[in-house]
Amino acid sequence: MKNIFSLNVISGILNTMIALATPYLYAAIGEVFAQTAGVVNLGVDGIMLLSAFAAFYVALVTGNLWLGLLAAAVVGLLMGLLMSFVSVSLKAEQGVSGIGLYMLGLGLSSLLFKVMIGTVKTIEGFKPVELPLLSAIPFLGPILFRNNILVYAAFLLVPIAWFVLEKTTFGLKVKSVGQNPAAADSLGINVDRIRYVSVCIGAVLAGLAGASLSISLTNLFQDNLTAGMGFIAVALVYFGGWSPVGVLGGALLFSVVNSFQLWMQVLGVNIPSGVAVMLPYLLTIVALCVTVNRVRQPAALNKPFERGES
Amino acid sequence: MPPETASPLDRKLERGGFDWSKVVLNGLLPLAGVVVALLVGAVFLLLLKVNPLTAYGALVNGAIGTKYGFMMTLVKATPLLLVGAGICIAFRANVINIGGEGQIIAGAIAGAWIPLAFSSLPGWALVPFSCLGGFAAGALWGFIPGILKARLRVNEILSTIMMNAIAVQLLNIVLQGVLMDPEGVARGTFLAQTAQLPPQSWLIRLSPPTLLHTGALIALAMAVLVYIFLWRTTIGYNIRAVGLNPDASRYSGIRVPFYEALSLTLAGGLAGLAGVIEVIGVQHRLMPGLTSGYGFTGIVAALLGGLHPLGLIPASVLFGGLLVGADRMQRAVQVPSALVTAILGLIVLFVSGAAIWSRRWAAKRRISAARGGQS
Repeated sequence: MKNIFSLNVISGILNTMIALATPYLYAAIGEVFAQTAGVVNLGVDGIMLLSAFAAFYVALVTGNLWLGLLAAAVVGLLMGLLMSFVSVSLKAEQGVSGIGLYMLGLGLSSLLFKVMIGTVKTIEGFKPVELPLLSAIPFLGPILFRNNILVYAAFLLVPIAWFVLEKTTFGLKVKSVGQNPAAADSLGINVDRIRYVSVCIGAVLAGLAGASLSISLTNLFQDNLTAGMGFIAVALVYFGGWSPVGVLGGALLFSVVNSFQLWMQVLGVNIPSGVAVMLPYLLTIVALCVTVNRVRQPAALNKPFERGES
Repeated sequence: MPPETASPLDRKLERGGFDWSKVVLNGLLPLAGVVVALLVGAVFLLLLKVNPLTAYGALVNGAIGTKYGFMMTLVKATPLLLVGAGICIAFRANVINIGGEGQIIAGAIAGAWIPLAFSSLPGWALVPFSCLGGFAAGALWGFIPGILKARLRVNEILSTIMMNAIAVQLLNIVLQGVLMDPEGVARGTFLAQTAQLPPQSWLIRLSPPTLLHTGALIALAMAVLVYIFLWRTTIGYNIRAVGLNPDASRYSGIRVPFYEALSLTLAGGLAGLAGVIEVIGVQHRLMPGLTSGYGFTGIVAALLGGLHPLGLIPASVLFGGLLVGADRMQRAVQVPSALVTAILGLIVLFVSGAAIWSRRWAAKRRISAARGGQS
């Protein structure tokens, strides 16, 4: 018990936090795009599962991790197109169509895994890249600057997504179709097209989230690998107030709690594992309660757009 | 002039009865969705170099080919009917309850604990007591996200999903702790399951040696009750009004948050009842993995049944059959039953997408009815 809060353990917890936050960052920032445009994509978890499988399978067969990453992105794009078609073109109830997408991804990834791979295998995933000089910083260096390329990219995504949403014309269009699609439409913005693109950006990022899980974090694939991470990513979007920086904060908070409970189990601290595993989910509910009225959600969130309807 | 009390909302709500052309359309579109989903599933199978006819043949044969198979279909339809009836209530109030899994687990924990703790009670007292306890536990699991939505506007989709994860862990905790089979502890096997429940708490088997039990009749009765509740009572009317148009409901004095919370609580209670019945009707003990995805499949069944408890009855049997057939297919021709999960997902996508045509059709009819009224 005595060395639980030693420097080594704290650095271990923070290191695990950074790794755990990676898939959440990809998935939740992707979902920020979809939701800012007014579409709740609840199928993130399904996209992550199918992409995680695609990345793992391609990497296993070809031995090329980059091809695996590409496969994940392509699968994400296809799932995104399917979601857009049902939710944007056919104007389905988004909470329901998202559950459909989730079940499709869950079932299909499990089916393909059992038929094409069969047993749980591991591969060698992306290796950590030490950034020169930065990784020599005492304490923080090893935590922040000895990670693999997918981890760095996930954190770089935060400023990039912020810039795209806040400082570009495209970002403005995304916001306008999420706030007031009728007004955007009257100004000549193609609402459906912007929503398609936003959902697909989100889905490709969800695909990368899946890949970061199967070929960078765990380096394996099994049934229901994500265990609901995609749903937590959706919750993080609400928690983060639809901003990439807020999402970063949420992902780090969530991951540090998770990493803490993992380390407590590793160190044999006597709390029932069920209670520990429950913690992040309880935290998510509490976080949703606390943050719910702090930021206004996109006005047209979850509302399909039809011309001529107010 | 119609009386002023009959607002457009009223008229829309009253027309819930049996407009046969509507029933046919609402029945055919989803069925078309199922057929298309099965066809896409066949394409998956072809790509995996499996003959779809062999796979689907095994599936159909497993579900309805034998008396035992068909009875199993009804056994699996039972929880789907109960969960789906709850989904009908929630979705009619425009509350998206994804928490079926957690609510089933909550109900099952209570439904196993009561017979174990009160094993001296006679069966006629123990069975209703367990059912009520399970209903209450499930209702509590629905009430929490319900009240959070009503009071704090917390998104119920996310909170119910989190409640699912919490329930799974709670089940693990009780199965490895207070409810663990004492015999397993004594023998040192430490299996994560409870002792067998006292036999007087078991539901009667209707057609031994098959597993069909009286729970199927309870589920059927509940579906009819939910129909009466939604279309023949004031509370049910208000629930549907809230779902159809929350703003108009608010202006006419209906307390929208109350009915949202109520619908989620009732949905949880019905899922909890499904959990108890699974424990005292089928398993006779509490084990991990008891939900078998019923919480999600119940949503699919409710959608396919047009969110109508009576339409839900055939839909539950259909999906019960799919689940039973999937197991059979896996054993007979080695096609993983996960295929059926994927097909269920496609059905949800198609049915929720196809709703656009029934909405457009309804709008067209409203317009032509209005024109007809004027001339």
